[in-house]
Amino acid sequence: MHIYSSHVLVCSGTSCTSKKSPELIKKLEEGIKRKKLDEKIQVITTSCFGLCAEGPIVVVYPEGAIYSNVTLNDIDEIINEHLVKGRIVKRLLSGNNEGNNSYESADFFKKQVRIALRNCGVINPEIIEEYIAYDGYQALGKVLTTMTPEQVIDKVLDSGLRGRGGAGFPTGRKWLFAANAKGDKKYVCCNADEGDPGAFMDRSILEGDPHSIIEAMAIAAYGIGSDQGYIYVRAEYPIAVKRLNIAIDQAKELGLLGDKIFGTDFSFNLELRLGAGAFVCGEETALMTSIEGKRGEPRPRPPFPANKGLFQKPTILNNVETLSNIPIIILKGADWFKTIGTKKSPGTKVFAIGGKINNTGLVEIPMGTTLREVIYDIGGGIPNGKKFKAAQTGGPSGGCIPTEHLDVPIEYDTLIELGSMMGSGGLIIMDEDNCMVDIAKFFLEFSVDESCGKCPPCRIGTKRMYGILKRITEGKGEEGDIETLEELAETIQAAALCGLGKTSPNPVLSTLRYFRHEYEEHIVNKKCSAGVCKELLDYIIIPNDCMGCTKCIKVCPTKAITGKIKEPHIIDQEECIKCGACLEACPFGAIIRK
Amino acid sequence: MSKKCQCGEDKICQLDKVIKEHKDMAGALIPVLHKAQKIFGYLPMAVQKQISEGLDISLAEIYGVVTFYSEFSTEPKGKYQINVCLGTACYVKGANDILDQFKKQLKIDVGQTTSDNKFSMNACRCVGACGLAPVVTINEEVYGKLVADDVKEILEKYLD
Repeated sequence: MHIYSSHVLVCSGTSCTSKKSPELIKKLEEGIKRKKLDEKIQVITTSCFGLCAEGPIVVVYPEGAIYSNVTLNDIDEIINEHLVKGRIVKRLLSGNNEGNNSYESADFFKKQVRIALRNCGVINPEIIEEYIAYDGYQALGKVLTTMTPEQVIDKVLDSGLRGRGGAGFPTGRKWLFAANAKGDKKYVCCNADEGDPGAFMDRSILEGDPHSIIEAMAIAAYGIGSDQGYIYVRAEYPIAVKRLNIAIDQAKELGLLGDKIFGTDFSFNLELRLGAGAFVCGEETALMTSIEGKRGEPRPRPPFPANKGLFQKPTILNNVETLSNIPIIILKGADWFKTIGTKKSPGTKVFAIGGKINNTGLVEIPMGTTLREVIYDIGGGIPNGKKFKAAQTGGPSGGCIPTEHLDVPIEYDTLIELGSMMGSGGLIIMDEDNCMVDIAKFFLEFSVDESCGKCPPCRIGTKRMYGILKRITEGKGEEGDIETLEELAETIQAAALCGLGKTSPNPVLSTLRYFRHEYEEHIVNKKCSAGVCKELLDYIIIPNDCMGCTKCIKVCPTKAITGKIKEPHIIDQEECIKCGACLEACPFGAIIRK
Repeated sequence: MSKKCQCGEDKICQLDKVIKEHKDMAGALIPVLHKAQKIFGYLPMAVQKQISEGLDISLAEIYGVVTFYSEFSTEPKGKYQINVCLGTACYVKGANDILDQFKKQLKIDVGQTTSDNKFSMNACRCVGACGLAPVVTINEEVYGKLVADDVKEILEKYLD
């Protein structure tokens, strides 16, 4: 084996790829070759480090220097200074990383515990040997050669691992139900239809460590007595699809998938199925209906998938992040896993932090970490000196958490008590410039769009709720609207067919719980103090900035603006229809919306 | 019922090949529709009919599936497909203003195609590049951290 003295790791996740990281890799390799250093320095294509806002990311080992926002023009400097002369290029370093420690010491990584993301940003996901070198497929070997299926399920049960897709159902119990179900054929499915807007942790795991999912599915199959698996992945994730295909082919070639794995009687085959842009297919029964080649509509439960799932056979469905925890639990044991996180929610959770936050990206934290630590210590706080208003978790099924609950430890049950939910792990930060009524409307619009239409409470109920919210944001809110919203929400929660329908009113209910005054302000005062709802804003001319050029007077369709040339103009609020034409026409920026 | 083909490269023939490869697969319809859309660019009635005959699934069922999933289209799409991300992270960072600007510049609404068949525009839900919010993709190209004023400049690149 060839040993290199330095390694240059370049992220090729979706975010960095779209910022041209493949071209960086090419230029690095060419430059290193030109300096005749290619015997000593290896360039490795990895996946996501989590620092998506600062991409493309290049990390140089053994120094552990994290270079951020690297462009093609920086490559020569990195080669000449760092790789040739050993001098770290300080101006490219990310944050306060001094570049002489391992990158785990940077603020962004200090509080993180990387279990699900253990290989992301470390190995090349397209080379199976790199996964194997990091203990890959050892857990599968251990399971097949030294454990019975019952012992496998016991171990997962004992670890207390709960489904990371959002609802937090104990994974071991799910497996046990399917193992006990009678049937000649059973299926193992992986839910990689990550549809929550703002959540991309599953994509990063698929892109960065696809073999861990394959290994975990094989372990699950052994546990429940299955020989066939399906990964249902979003078609919108082309890089993940490509790497999964490569990984499946490599595993087959080495005999880690297929017949008689590790020389035992256990056989397992895996197929990839692409989604086609329907959010509801993330719901377990809808996902199975979709794999069957039909409209992805949910089915009533019971019968539960553990008894009658895919093709009417016993089936388990696990989320990507859940599965990525399995191999390491098998290797390190349930007791080790329980030392991380909280008693009720052991382990870690990966969050995709986005929105109004400095360090947008992917973080993995032990359960029980507080929101404040995630937002301020890891996320670096709110940009532009703005004030934090709320954190949204759980996507369209979740809710908003306000400032007063920032110190609540994050775990499944506490988030539900707060009227939100863990969800798949999207964490969107909102500041004082975001209007909570508008956010509720945004999520309802999503639910209306994505409702499959099978059951009336969801199909009609969400549409009515959206209609009311739209009216409120347009300044046409009426007394009684809030009560009607609450009544509709209750009905949908009680009567909708599937989990997605039942939880669709959550964004409204949680914003009503914490930000009722904003609704009232919109309805009663016809004002939006965040300045988002356009119809509720007034257009005002700042007299000191107005040069009196009359450009706004000429474009105003209702002749609401008056004033003499070279004197400040005035907008008559009664006549103004808020079209915004004056704001665009003003060359001095003297017109504002307030 | 499958049509005999002598041409070798023609699209109908390619589709026939795809259908044959998938005929015995469980739940073959959606994978076949994906491939058919790749070949033809969209799924007109004639294509759906061919799949119906090849896989022995009723045309009504196929039409039901095609119209259920937003990825499938029964109308031809423009040369450049613009996807404005309206995921939460992009939305809170002003994706709506970007969308409005595209509408204004192209004079089309979401889901429509310009009369010269050059641009189609869609609003999508999260491409997963939230670090770059707000994000727009045009075919394979990703544009991130946009403000409304960038839109005109981006579109000019495609006006050859």
